[in-house]
Amino acid sequence: MSTLSERILGAPAGAYVDREVDIAFAHDGTGLLTREALREMEVERLPHPERLRLIFDHIVPANTGMTATLQAELREYARSSGIELSDAGGGICHQVMSEGVVRPGMIAVGADSHTCTLGALGAFATGMGATDMAAIWASGATWFRVPETIAVRLSGRLDGAAEPKDVALAYVAKLGMEGATYRALEFVGDGAAGISMDGRLTLSNMAVETGAKAGIFYADGVTVRYLAEYGVTASPQTPEDCRYEREVDIDLSGIVPLVAVPPRVDTVREAEEVAGTHLDQVLVGTCTNGRYDDLAQFARVVRGKRVAVRTLVVPASRAVLARAIASGVLADIVDAGCMVMPPGCGPCLGAHAGVLGEGEVCLSTANRNFKNRMGVGGDIYLSSAATAAASALAGEIAVPEAV
Amino acid sequence: MQGVGPAVCLGNDIDTDVIIAGRYLRTKDRSVWAEHAFEDLDPTLAGRLSGAIIVAGKNMGCGSSREQAVVALREAGVVGVVAPSFARIFFRNAINVGLPAIEAEVVCTDGAHVAFDLDAGWVEVDGERYPARPLSEKMVAILRAGGLAPYWRSCR
Ligand code: SF4
Repeated sequence: MSTLSERILGAPAGAYVDREVDIAFAHDGTGLLTREALREMEVERLPHPERLRLIFDHIVPANTGMTATLQAELREYARSSGIELSDAGGGICHQVMSEGVVRPGMIAVGADSHTCTLGALGAFATGMGATDMAAIWASGATWFRVPETIAVRLSGRLDGAAEPKDVALAYVAKLGMEGATYRALEFVGDGAAGISMDGRLTLSNMAVETGAKAGIFYADGVTVRYLAEYGVTASPQTPEDCRYEREVDIDLSGIVPLVAVPPRVDTVREAEEVAGTHLDQVLVGTCTNGRYDDLAQFARVVRGKRVAVRTLVVPASRAVLARAIASGVLADIVDAGCMVMPPGCGPCLGAHAGVLGEGEVCLSTANRNFKNRMGVGGDIYLSSAATAAASALAGEIAVPEAV
Repeated sequence: MQGVGPAVCLGNDIDTDVIIAGRYLRTKDRSVWAEHAFEDLDPTLAGRLSGAIIVAGKNMGCGSSREQAVVALREAGVVGVVAPSFARIFFRNAINVGLPAIEAEVVCTDGAHVAFDLDAGWVEVDGERYPARPLSEKMVAILRAGGLAPYWRSCR
């Protein structure tokens, strides 16, 4: 009996396999290095351009002349080699790929560490470096070591003010930053069914924060309905009775709002314990929590009130932005005094807009709080969108009220 | 595949943001990455990397997939990186750019004489020998060729 990774990769854990990949993508940052590597490899023609994607999300729109020039080169490369480009404003690569491109059972690779996000759809999805990506673009295939799997067994239902992000922080804290290195995570148990696709994407997204190669949900009714909205037909995957290397149990009903404190994502406290921490900036967005559910949660809390600290809201994709406009969620966010930024990674990696100053503190819905990630001398706390909303209103870390 | 050099010791969970910060990524000039390697950890470190062997703690290179991290180390003249465990993307990236990444648990003091032999499967620190986890044949071939790009060209 096999784990989902073993089933999709077609070999038992520990085996090295060469496999064709179904989707291989890079973004404006790693795409440049992939292009360079292809040049160095003297590869002219790409055999399967229809399986490839370039997505501009890291620095959009371009912040300097140099960035603009590099992006123009990459844009031209996409055009001349027949690769579909999601240009600036389309959204974060993982989100764009989740909107009807990646499907259950696929092997998806991205030149970005958070490619594991797409495991939420029942795919084997993992990150690669740019040179690996170049070899994949040139050949259509790559090698994998089939991972051992750790089960994250979810039971019960989320209640109170807890969100899927709090569950993500809880399992990262349990496993630690290297607790799942070289392994895959499988999110299983009765509790999984009650988590929306937006929430599953959040849980899968943070798998790499434990060192994991993939973070996978079995496709079920939630997956099938989600993909149907994008015109994609999919069927559920049935879990087999397999042997996991280890199991971690999480009772969803016991989860409370949590916060990761700087500079480690596995240093997690109850929001209650760090309440009152002064904030200079709040960021709602990123591939962890920039989806519609997150924006709606945030808007629910700030509706009709004013934020007390500069607050940046970055929809994860154009589709998310459009939906937030149509439902009125965006108007609530703007009326509350927040800045809305174009779909993309935004300030997450400290490369352009929203950079922190020396000594500044940010509460972010992202996945990493490494030292200086958002600017030299800045500190980053990580939380859910609801905690971010309560904190934005208070100007300091605050515990959200139960729904 | 062998290498020798003085040890530069680092702790556990060294992330790629610390190896090369996001603010230096937007360039094609590789020397910039070498110059600013580890800047946020210790600004003097970049100057000590040429000819050195990095001996890190567990989960070396965790975080983003940025290949600039391994390129920075290679460009700075690092001979190899030894750690009890690596983040998997960093590990693949290192091999792909021709930078030996060696899984071994060793006791390190800054400046100690480090030597490794990948074919024989050991690392030595000041004469003390430790076992190293062997690499697959293909990985050794990629390293020998100087990285995946030259390996690719030689295979065609
Ligand atoms: S949102 Fe942040 S973590 Fe996600 S892909 Fe962009 S930079 Fe990386």
